[in-house]
Amino acid sequence: MFIINCPYCGEREQSEFKAGGEAHIVRPKQPTELSDDQWAEYLFMRKNIKGIQFERWVHTHGCRKWFNVVRDTSNDVIKAVYKMGEKPPTK
Amino acid sequence: MTKNLRVKTSKFIDETYKISFKFNGTTYYGYKGDTLASALIANDIHLVGRSFKYHRPRGIMTAGSEEPNAIVQLHNNTSRTEPNVRATEIEIYEGLEASSQNCWPSVNFDVGGINNFLSPVLPAGFYYKTFMWPASFWEKYEYFIRKSAGLGKSPTEPDPDIYEHKYIHCDVLVIGAGISGIMAAKTAVKNGFKTLLVDEKSYLGGSTIYQNSENFKINNQNSNSWLEKEINEIKKLENLEIKTRTSVAAFHGYNFLLARENLTDHLPFDQKKNKTRHRLLKIRAKKVITATGSIERPLIFDNNDRPGIMLSSAIEKYANFFGVVCGKKNVLFTNNDSAYETAISLFQKGIDIEAIIDNREEIDSRLIKETEKNNIKIYKGYTVVNTSGYKRISKISIMQLSKDGQKVVGPKISIKCDCLGISGGWTPAVHLFTQSGGKLEFRDEDQVFIPKIYPSNQISIGSCSGDFTLDEILSNIPKKLIEFLDIKKTDYEDLEVYSSYNKSKRNIWLLPSDKVIGKTKPFVDYQNDATAKDIKLALREGFRSIEHVKRYTTTGMGTDQGKLGNMHALGIISETAGSKMGELGTTTFRPPYTPLTFGTIVGRNVGEYFDIFRKTPIHEWHEKNKAKFENVGQWKRAWYYPKEGENMHDAVQRESKAARDSAGILDASTLGKIDIQGTDASEFLNRVYTNAWSKLAIGKCRYGLMLNEDGMVYDDGVTTRLDENHYIMTTTTGGAATVLGKLEDYLQTEWPELDVYLTSVTDHYATVSVCGPNSKKIVSQVISDLDFSDESFPHMSFKNAKIGKIKCRVMRISFTGEHSYEINVQANYGKSVWEKCMEAGKKFNITPYGTETMHLLRAEKGFIIVGQDTDATMTPIDLQMDWIVSKKKYDFIGKRSLYRSDTIREDRKQLVGLLTENPDEILEEGAQIIADIKKSPIEMLGHVTSSYYSPNLKKSIALAVVKGGKSMMGQKLIIPMENKQINVTVSDPVFLDKENTRLNA
Repeated sequence: MFIINCPYCGEREQSEFKAGGEAHIVRPKQPTELSDDQWAEYLFMRKNIKGIQFERWVHTHGCRKWFNVVRDTSNDVIKAVYKMGEKPPTK
Repeated sequence: MTKNLRVKTSKFIDETYKISFKFNGTTYYGYKGDTLASALIANDIHLVGRSFKYHRPRGIMTAGSEEPNAIVQLHNNTSRTEPNVRATEIEIYEGLEASSQNCWPSVNFDVGGINNFLSPVLPAGFYYKTFMWPASFWEKYEYFIRKSAGLGKSPTEPDPDIYEHKYIHCDVLVIGAGISGIMAAKTAVKNGFKTLLVDEKSYLGGSTIYQNSENFKINNQNSNSWLEKEINEIKKLENLEIKTRTSVAAFHGYNFLLARENLTDHLPFDQKKNKTRHRLLKIRAKKVITATGSIERPLIFDNNDRPGIMLSSAIEKYANFFGVVCGKKNVLFTNNDSAYETAISLFQKGIDIEAIIDNREEIDSRLIKETEKNNIKIYKGYTVVNTSGYKRISKISIMQLSKDGQKVVGPKISIKCDCLGISGGWTPAVHLFTQSGGKLEFRDEDQVFIPKIYPSNQISIGSCSGDFTLDEILSNIPKKLIEFLDIKKTDYEDLEVYSSYNKSKRNIWLLPSDKVIGKTKPFVDYQNDATAKDIKLALREGFRSIEHVKRYTTTGMGTDQGKLGNMHALGIISETAGSKMGELGTTTFRPPYTPLTFGTIVGRNVGEYFDIFRKTPIHEWHEKNKAKFENVGQWKRAWYYPKEGENMHDAVQRESKAARDSAGILDASTLGKIDIQGTDASEFLNRVYTNAWSKLAIGKCRYGLMLNEDGMVYDDGVTTRLDENHYIMTTTTGGAATVLGKLEDYLQTEWPELDVYLTSVTDHYATVSVCGPNSKKIVSQVISDLDFSDESFPHMSFKNAKIGKIKCRVMRISFTGEHSYEINVQANYGKSVWEKCMEAGKKFNITPYGTETMHLLRAEKGFIIVGQDTDATMTPIDLQMDWIVSKKKYDFIGKRSLYRSDTIREDRKQLVGLLTENPDEILEEGAQIIADIKKSPIEMLGHVTSSYYSPNLKKSIALAVVKGGKSMMGQKLIIPMENKQINVTVSDPVFLDKENTRLNA
């Protein structure tokens, strides 16, 4: 069980949070203009990397805020956390 | 009691405190401080159990948690019975009763022992190979396999003991209180770290504490005396918590560990009462120091499993710690120096050694010289090739090893013995380190895996890190601690250490025999009866991965998880397959390190505390009026209210009829309620519901359907506009939390520009729903100063009102198709409002109804229940609810998915009604629907989702999903049941009052 540094509350147990899948997948502004393939790309296709992955998490049993996490999926080490709308760290 | 197997009084055993216990029905005596194993050996009992597959007699092999053989059943046939308890760990107490496992009728005469003679036809994978065919026989095979599977018996009665969980946070956790752990704990505490020290044993000091030898000295004192002083010192330290009888079961990432603290297993029954038996510690440590020591390796040779064959270090511990002699004729067999420590210890106690067999040819060390002084015959360059003695070892045969160690040469020599101590060197106990994600490296010189890459803030010290000699351990610990704890110094930089241990070792994983391997039984995994022969067979049959060989041969899969033999299995695989040990890797060590009881895992979460349950503010009334309850999510909802002599069907029929004929009352408090405020609230609803919301007038209600982005129905409910920028949304009972979560997700991540605030108010309001043709008369009586005329208060509208001084919100909305009102009040007034409605409704025979009647009434109207009639594969179009999907709105969640190539298919499963040919026949929910029984294979068209007998229509009705159902109106279909076929006709899903006239009745 890892520890997540919620950008609003600080370090808390993983059990207080819920994972929300890959981060930085923006909902298309004009879905109606998209082909089936383009819409399916947004709807279904997600990366499952062994290594550094950008993820969304929510502090369900805390402040209920969504934020982003950079996690190494091979060892669960969290490299960074940052708020929604902030740019992902480049390093 | 046999006193003759006790030697000089040990200070760890209290000989003034005599304890009686039973083993296999016979009463024996031991002393306080004894384990079951030491007390049995003191009574000259070595035969403790039978092996799993061949039922071979097995004895006590070790003196610790690594024990594979001596596992017993405690307190058979009582509620406290426990299987697979290691005799080497359980401390005896007055009244302890233990019995052997896996034998019938008794450990001395075991019918299953026949398997031993059948063993040539029971190779690895025997079950896989034999019971494959004919396939139809599997059911018969299974019966016999089940009977012979498993060790011990699980209890059949509820566990009478108390268990609990506890969280501990500390700066430093030290696992293992041997010499390394003690030094680490003292150093950590003295440098200001809040420290927890745990050890699975009942005492501190590990193996050093009972090694009273001139050959190991620290600062000119025997190492045990030096350590004793250290222990006395740390006991006085503040900021240090010491927990003995506490074994770490799991080491997870981020230094999160689970440990079991054993509080009463060693106490007599009268002292166990009302006390917590085990405590599961959930430890979060900033730093972890693992000092778990090492486990002595056995040696692998023909018939190396007889009772009386023990680890050399165990014999030493029984003599030094428990004051117990393991045999009268002792022989030691080794490939390294540590057996000589045992020899010297035994001599000090006046116990004779017949001979020492050493694999090594040229050996020279202080310990060996010391041993030779005592005139012990040492066979250098020899190996044991076989043993005899059925229930206790009686003789060994030895031969000389060839130069390359691959063969045996020369004449065979027999030596009589009743105890054989074996030592194959040491394996660092790296289990916890690897559980935490640590990576090992293989050290060729002494063939051990040692920690290499630490995945978290942790370190391994002492022999679990591969330092085996006292001087190595003591010189490395200060260095490691200074770096790891980031401190200036320890108390231990200038210790004078004198250690006699010589590191030379002749490692041969499988010792050669004068027989071909097929005729030998060299056990690698004792508990599961896996031999070197089995491993070689697996390799011949093409298994290469260590994980596959493990499962095929079951090596390392017993309750001991192969703590003794795993390394040899790896060694044999690497030698046979010609691959390097380091490249082969190890199998994964999984938690728990030693087995945990279910009680420990569950803790206090038993009975009514198993899961949280939620009660509505009106719950007490339902209970008083004999409601039956149903679980809906965590809620307890009134299901139906049977009157005397009524069964469920009777009650539901009565309730349903009353609701349509006069008046019914339902506790709807469990419906999810979300308060939505903000200047963009209307726009937000527009985006999350399929229909349009901007034009909803203040004071009006609207039904909404919510989709997932994939177009599938997610939730539904009525939302009311309370004010310009204020709405109250209702959700399904089970969906309340996930709907709020989903809405928050969109608000925070996709549309942060919207000014909208969501608050869950489910628990803040009680909801009383009154329906039926007389509902208006009842509600207007309860709320007297409100205009209930259809003009002022029409269907799908809302009013703020007061009942006396109590503010309430009244919605005229309906889930039954009847004229009905929902009164929402602050939760603590819920029961009183309910009672007022009951009182007012008396003359109209107001009838409380539960969820079952609610479901029936809405089914008559063809209203869906999300999650019952839908299953995350249904679009609103599939549900024949096209009317609620806005064509005008540019976008809403799920809109684009409604015209994907898959969602526009016409043969999707669609919601329809079903009417049975025989109106009294009620369909089973979940029943399959077909069109043509003769077609092969039969095509399944769909299934029944809701089914009831309608007392108002006087016939059976059902909702179903059927492929292409929308275009099948009037068509005949078949429901095939076990013994019959039911003929049905596809109908409109709305069965009653299609014109909605009753809403305004």
